[in-house]
Amino acid sequence: MSLLSVEDLVVRHGLLQAVRGVSFGIERGETLALVGANGAGKTTLLRAIAGAHQAASGRVVFDGADLSGVPSHERVRKGIALVPEGRRLFVQMTVEENLLLGRVAGRPGDWSVDKVLDTFPNLKPRRHAKAGHLSGGEQQATAIGRALMSNPDLLLLDEVSLGLSPLVVDRVYASLQGLINSGTTIILVEQDLNRALSVSDKVICMLEGRIVLAGDSKSVSRDEVTKAYFGLHRKGAGGVPA
Amino acid sequence: MTNQIVQGILLGGYYALIACGLSFMFSVMRIINLAHGSLAVLSAFALWLLASHLHVPPFLGLAIVLPLMAVIGWALQRFLLERSARGGALLPILTTFGLAIVIDNVLFEQFGADTRSLAPFIGSLSYDSWEWPGSIYVGKLAVIIFATAVVLLGGLQLFLTRTGLGRSIRATSEDPDTAGLVGVDARRANALAAAIAMVTVGLAGAFLGMRATFDPYAGATQLLFAFEAAVIGGAGSLWGTLVGGIVLALAQTLGAKVHPQGFLIGGHVAFLIVLFIRLYTSGLGLRGLLRFSTGKVS
Repeated sequence: MSLLSVEDLVVRHGLLQAVRGVSFGIERGETLALVGANGAGKTTLLRAIAGAHQAASGRVVFDGADLSGVPSHERVRKGIALVPEGRRLFVQMTVEENLLLGRVAGRPGDWSVDKVLDTFPNLKPRRHAKAGHLSGGEQQATAIGRALMSNPDLLLLDEVSLGLSPLVVDRVYASLQGLINSGTTIILVEQDLNRALSVSDKVICMLEGRIVLAGDSKSVSRDEVTKAYFGLHRKGAGGVPA
Repeated sequence: MTNQIVQGILLGGYYALIACGLSFMFSVMRIINLAHGSLAVLSAFALWLLASHLHVPPFLGLAIVLPLMAVIGWALQRFLLERSARGGALLPILTTFGLAIVIDNVLFEQFGADTRSLAPFIGSLSYDSWEWPGSIYVGKLAVIIFATAVVLLGGLQLFLTRTGLGRSIRATSEDPDTAGLVGVDARRANALAAAIAMVTVGLAGAFLGMRATFDPYAGATQLLFAFEAAVIGGAGSLWGTLVGGIVLALAQTLGAKVHPQGFLIGGHVAFLIVLFIRLYTSGLGLRGLLRFSTGKVS
C-alpha cells in the first residue's frame, strides 16, 4: 500500500483549474521529484496534499486514511509536513522559536532543536537570531528544520533552491541527501532538473495542471523530461499513476 | 506637580489594564472589539451581583467571574467573531458594535440606570493611602491596580514567549495560513487569545468598579480610554500599552490641573498629538497610519 495516494485530484483557484485530475502514489522511503514550468500546478498540488488548499474533487489518501476535509494542522499531526515556497518563516520569532513551533506532541521520532542544528550547522550560531534577520540559506534550513521537528512520515519540499546562491543550494541538498539516506519519504518540487533527477527515485512532470510524464528517475532521460517540461512530449491525459 | 505625575502614572496602570485586552485581540485576530468597554462593565456588574446578593467579596468573586469571562471570550470568538470575520474586515466591527448595544441594554433592563460601585465591598481599601515625602498621598488601590497591570503584562509577555500556546498565538497573529501548515490550530489559538483578552477585560472591569462608579452605559467611556491608550502605546505591543496608558493618564491629570474641565480634553489632545505624529513620521499619510496600527503581538 502506498504511503500517499493522490486520486483524480482537482484543485481550483476561483475559476482557474490549477490541478486537473492528477493521480499518483508514493511508497514509504521513496523520493519523488515533481517538476514542471511555472504555473504547471506543482505548488498547488503540494499545498492540496498539505491541506492548505481544498480539493474540488478527487481525494488524498495518506497511510490508508482519506484526508478529504482534514485541515492542514491535523494533517501535520498525521505526519505530513510542508516546507512552503518562499520559506514562510515567522520572521518576528527566533530560529529556535520557529523550530519549536514545528514540534508536534505525540508523534514518534527523535527530531529536536539540537538535532536540527546538528543537521544544519550553519544555524547553530543563529539559534537566537530572529528569522527575519537570516540569510536565504539560513532561512531555508530553518524552514526545513521546522518541518522536520514534527517527525513527518512525508516531507513536502517546495522549491527549496529558489532564490539561493549555487553554493547555498549545494549545502541545502547535501543536508537533504542525509534525510533521503535516513529513509524519509519526500516529495520535492524543483525547477532544477539535474538536481531533481539526481536525488529522486521517481519523477513526475506536470504541465498545465496535468501529469505529462511519470517514471523512475534512473530510467527517464533528461531529454524526455525536458520535452515534457515544455509540452513537447505528452504521455497520457489526466495523470499517470506511479 | 509631582503629585499629579505620581497619580497620573498610577492611573495609567488602570488604562493599561483595560487597553491590554483590546490591543491583544486586535493584534492576534485583527478585530477591533467595540464591545470591550461594555464587557468590562458586564464583569463589574457580575462582581457587584455576587457581592451584594451572595456576599462574595469582589476579590474572591474574581475566581468566579474571570473563568466566566474566559468562557465568554472563547464563545464570542467561536460563534460570533470567527463567523463574522468571514464577511470581511468591517463585519466584526459592526458585530461588536451591535454586541455592545445588546450588553448595555440588557444591563439597563436588569439593573436600571442607577450608578453602582464595588467600593463598599472592599472596606477601606477604596480610600486608604500611604503618605509619601512631599505630602504625596498614594492610594493603596491605585498601587494594587498598577502592580496588577505590570504583573499581567509581564505574565502575558512570558506566556507568549516561553510557552507553546503563546508561540502558537504569535504564529497565528503573524501568518495564520502558515501556522496551520506547522500544526497550529489557528481557530483554537484565536479562541484562546479571545479568552485571555476577556480575562484581562474582567480584571479591568473589577478595578473599574472598585475605583469608581459604573452604570449600564459606562462601557463607551471605558472603550474610548482603552482605544486611546492602545493607539498611543502602539496597538499590539504589550509594554507599549502600559506606556500608552501612562501617557494618557498623565495628560488627563495634567489637563485637570490646568483647568477643571481639562481632564478628558488633556487625554484626547495627547491621543490626537500622538496620532498625528505617527501620521507624519510614517511619511505615508493615512495609509502609513493604517500600516502602523497593524502591529503584531510582541
